[in-house]
Formats: sequence, structure tokens, C-alpha cells
Amino acid sequence: MGRILPSSVNSIKRYFYIFRSLFISQYALMIEYRAEIVLWALSGILPLIMLTIWKEADISKEFGFNHKWLSSYFISAFIVRQFTAVWVMVIFEKDNIEGKLSPYLLQPINPFWRYYISHIAEQFIRIPFVFIMLLLLFVLEPSFFWSPSLIRIILAIIAIFSAFTLRFLIHWFFSMLCFWTDRASSIERLLMIPYLFLSGLVAPLEAFPPVIRFVALSTPFPYILSFPSKILSGQDVNIINGYLVMFIWMLIFLLLGRVAWKFGLRKYSGMGA
Amino acid sequence: MAIVRVERLSKSYLISEKQPGLAGSLKHLFARTNTSVRAVDNISFEIEAGEIVGFIGSNGAGKTTTLKMLCGLIHPTSGSISVSGYKPIHRKTAFLKNITLVMGQKQQLIWDLPALDSLHVNASVYGISDTDRDERIEELSAMLDLKDELNRPVRKLSLGERMKCELLASLIHRPSILFLDEPTLGLDINAQIRVREFLREYNKKYRSTVILTSHYMGDIKSLCKRIILINNGRIFYDGLLATLTKTYSSSSFISIELTKAVNPVLFKEFGEIIECDELLVRLLVPRSSLKETLFKLLNQMPIKDLEVNDPPTEQIIAKLLRSVSL
Repeated sequence: MGRILPSSVNSIKRYFYIFRSLFISQYALMIEYRAEIVLWALSGILPLIMLTIWKEADISKEFGFNHKWLSSYFISAFIVRQFTAVWVMVIFEKDNIEGKLSPYLLQPINPFWRYYISHIAEQFIRIPFVFIMLLLLFVLEPSFFWSPSLIRIILAIIAIFSAFTLRFLIHWFFSMLCFWTDRASSIERLLMIPYLFLSGLVAPLEAFPPVIRFVALSTPFPYILSFPSKILSGQDVNIINGYLVMFIWMLIFLLLGRVAWKFGLRKYSGMGA
Repeated sequence: MAIVRVERLSKSYLISEKQPGLAGSLKHLFARTNTSVRAVDNISFEIEAGEIVGFIGSNGAGKTTTLKMLCGLIHPTSGSISVSGYKPIHRKTAFLKNITLVMGQKQQLIWDLPALDSLHVNASVYGISDTDRDERIEELSAMLDLKDELNRPVRKLSLGERMKCELLASLIHRPSILFLDEPTLGLDINAQIRVREFLREYNKKYRSTVILTSHYMGDIKSLCKRIILINNGRIFYDGLLATLTKTYSSSSFISIELTKAVNPVLFKEFGEIIECDELLVRLLVPRSSLKETLFKLLNQMPIKDLEVNDPPTEQIIAKLLRSVSL
């Protein structure tokens, strides 16, 4: 038998090694799908459409939104949305139905990591496309440009990555429904409705009546989009509170996902394999 | 010492039944009828370390379900399994590092990337260092006769090349227990032979235990001394392949080459006609009357050449499967 890295001493090194290999292969795979990724990136321009709608709307001033506020918020929302794209429910359902999950289950690593890392790899591929799109936008409309401070950029990167992880954990939890019903990905479309309206994608949360805003802030959705967007756009936001609530939601969905995984596997029939 | 121990293992599935048509769909929506199907029914067996055992049965007999339970993919309904001292369903890391499952009709290689990329991922998942990984890939590639194929995208490989890469990916962590579910499915004869040779060599070199299901008797005959026959989820034979041939074959197989064509109906009185193709006739004749039949054939038919053998294993097994299905 060959040398196996001792798990007690090198567990971090081992996980780094696994992460590196999975990331390299998934990055290479995503490069193969680069044309599709450009199209997906282009399809995420809803915040820019919302920006033009809000700019032209008379009511925007009622909420105290000026041109700079709206443009920095919706362009930040565009960036956040690009790097928080999650499609794990669709791919998990497909792997479950086609029996591709079986070989993953027989390897000494939870399949969660494969899906999680493949999403991260895809987001790395998006980086140049998003930059090109932003550059084009600022060239065409220089008044949209704003310059966040370095500390805000760092905090925003952390918040965007956390928002992606939170969204991934939510979708992962609902993916587990595939163990009970073969076609669980329709839940994704159902999740899209609260995501669109409660995350701050269609309208900033400030535009909502207080009760609706309270309801929205009691869900994880604003932390997936509105919170990181506000950090990046340089707007007033309670950063510590935001990170804390985001962390709590991550913990909740991590635990729910683990429980659903445990019980779901009992239902797994290895169909198609 | 037994490395695989299975006791009174059963697995039942709930299958919902639906009548065709709109009425059937509506009825199914409001009053679903579920039927419990017993895929594996109270089976027990043991497998020694280093053995190659053939698991044979018709489609839906319970072979793949048993393999899935043995490697821990699905939960048994009842009974117990021990593989290398582990309960498979717990899927402990040490257990997973010791087994592999190869499915002929499924693949684990990443379709759009060269096979080498999948091998690197697998090696890292199993905690194999880069040096060991490269050594193993070189060794297994030589055994499987793989060269540049590893650098080509998987989608560009032929079925045979892909299967060899699949085997390499499944064995890079050098498991000592191999669960092989129809590993030669769809392969041409040369690829089948190469895969069989490789499995034999791997078994010899690493003293691995192999549990193989296959519909190709060539796989079974060339690899397995012992076979387990399963039908409707129940084992009805567990023993040596050679013993099966002797025990269950009450007939002999006569191959006849004729000097001129004869009406095939005339052979009916000598035994069961298996094949009749102008100058070539194959008969299945009861052993008890073999002598007299041979005598009669030689006297009454224009025979150029004649050969007596045990009937092919395929026929014995097919006959057995038919008899237990009745």
C-alpha cells in the first residue's frame, strides 16, 4: 500500500489537497462550459433593469433614493447576484435520478464538497466576464461609477462569499427532498419568489412598508443580496449585526441539511445504478 | 477467514402502482396503491478473502440490490452484513478506502475532461500522495494497456477504453474488495478478454476479493471458481462452478458434422435438438441412454465427425433458472 497522509497530523493539509484537486478539475470543467457561463452571467442583469426602472420612477425620491444611491445599490446587487448563483438542486436531482450519486457516496468525502467546490470554481470563471460587463457599464454611463473604500471592498468580498454559502446551504437542504420525491428541483422555482421580493433584488428593503420589511428581515433572503450589496455600495448598514444573523442562518441550514442528509440516505435506493 | 458475511439479508421496495389513462392517473393521485416488492429474500453466504465469486441471475433477480447493500449504498430491510468487519451502511472512511464498486452501465469519470483529471481527483479524495498516485496510474495503465487514452476527453473514448479508464479510477486506491456489476457490459470480445485478464491479474497481485455479476458466461467461466445463483431474491445454488456442471447436468452434448444434409425432424428421436444448420447438428442427449444413442446415430446417419461433451454452462444455468422460476 502506498503512503497515505496521516489524518491526525495532516487533516487540514489533506482537506486542502482535496479542495485543490476538486477545484482544479471543476475549474477545468467550467472552462469547457465558458460560453454557457457567459450567457448565465448575462442573464443575471435583472438588478440593472431594476436600476433603470427605479431611476425613472417618480416614487424613488419619496423613499429618499437619489441617483447615486440607486446606481451604487443596484450595481452592487448585480455583482452580488453574479457571485451567489446556486444551481445545486437541479444538478443534485439529476445525479440522484441518473445514479451518479452512487460513486460519490462510496468515496471517503461527503458529496456536499463536490457540489460546493464546483460552484466556487464556476464563480471564479465569472470574474473576468463580470469585470468586462462593469467596465462597459461605467464607460457607457460614467455617472454610475462609485469607489468604495478598501475596507468596504474586503468586507463585501467576505459578505458575498458568506451570502453564497448561505444560499448554497438553503438550496442544499431543499435538495435533500430528492430522496423523498424524485422531482424536487421545482422547489427551486418556489424559492425564487421570496428570493426576488424579500432579498432586495426587485426593490431596496427601504421601499417596503415597515411590517413587510420586518418580515423580510426575519428571513435569510436579505442577507443573501441586500446586506452584501449595501456594504459594497458604501451605504449605512449594521455590519456586525448582519454578519451575525447571516452566521446564525448558515448554522441553522447547516444543521437542517445534516439531519435531512442523514434521514434522506435511508431513503436512497441507488436508482439508475 | 470470511471477509464478507451475509446473514438472512432481505430488501423490500415499496412500488406505487398506477393504472394507465386519465382515470388511472386521477385514482393514483387520490388513492395511491403501494405494493411491497421483495428484491432480496432472506439470503445468507460467506466469501473468503481472495475469492472471486460470480453472482448470477436473470434481470431483476436481486443481484445488483445485493451488491448495493454490500457496499453500503442502500439500507437492508432486515438481516446483517459484515464486510471486512464493518457494517457497510455506516460507510466509515476505513471501509470506503477498502472497497470499490464498478458498474458497467454507469460511469464516474468526468465526461468532458481527460480521464487523468478524474484520476487526480480520486487520488486526492483517497489521500494518496502525488508520487504514489503517479506510480499507481503508471502501473495500472500498463496492466490495462492504456497509453494516450488517459489524456483524451472521456467523451472521445471508445466504450472499451472508457471501461478500462473506469477500472483504473475505481482501483487507484487499491481496494481489497471489488464489487463489479456487469463490468464487461456492451464491450466487444477483445475488450471483454482484456478486462477479464486485468481482473485476474489484479486479484492475483493484490489478493483482492471480487464479487462479480455478469450476464456473459465468458466472464464467469474465466474468472470464477465459485458461483452464487439467485432468482426472485433467493439463492438456489452456492458452490463451485465445476460441481454445478456435474451435478445438474444429466445430459450430454453431442456435436455432429454430417457428410450430407438430413431432414432435421429425423434427429428428434435421438434427443433434444439444440442447433441444426444443414451439415451441423447439436443434440442434448440423456446420459443414461448415451451409449445406445451414439450407436444408433453412427448406424443411421451420414456422420463425418462426432464429439461428445458436457453441455455448455450457459445452458445448465439457463435451464436451472427456468426450472426455479416455474
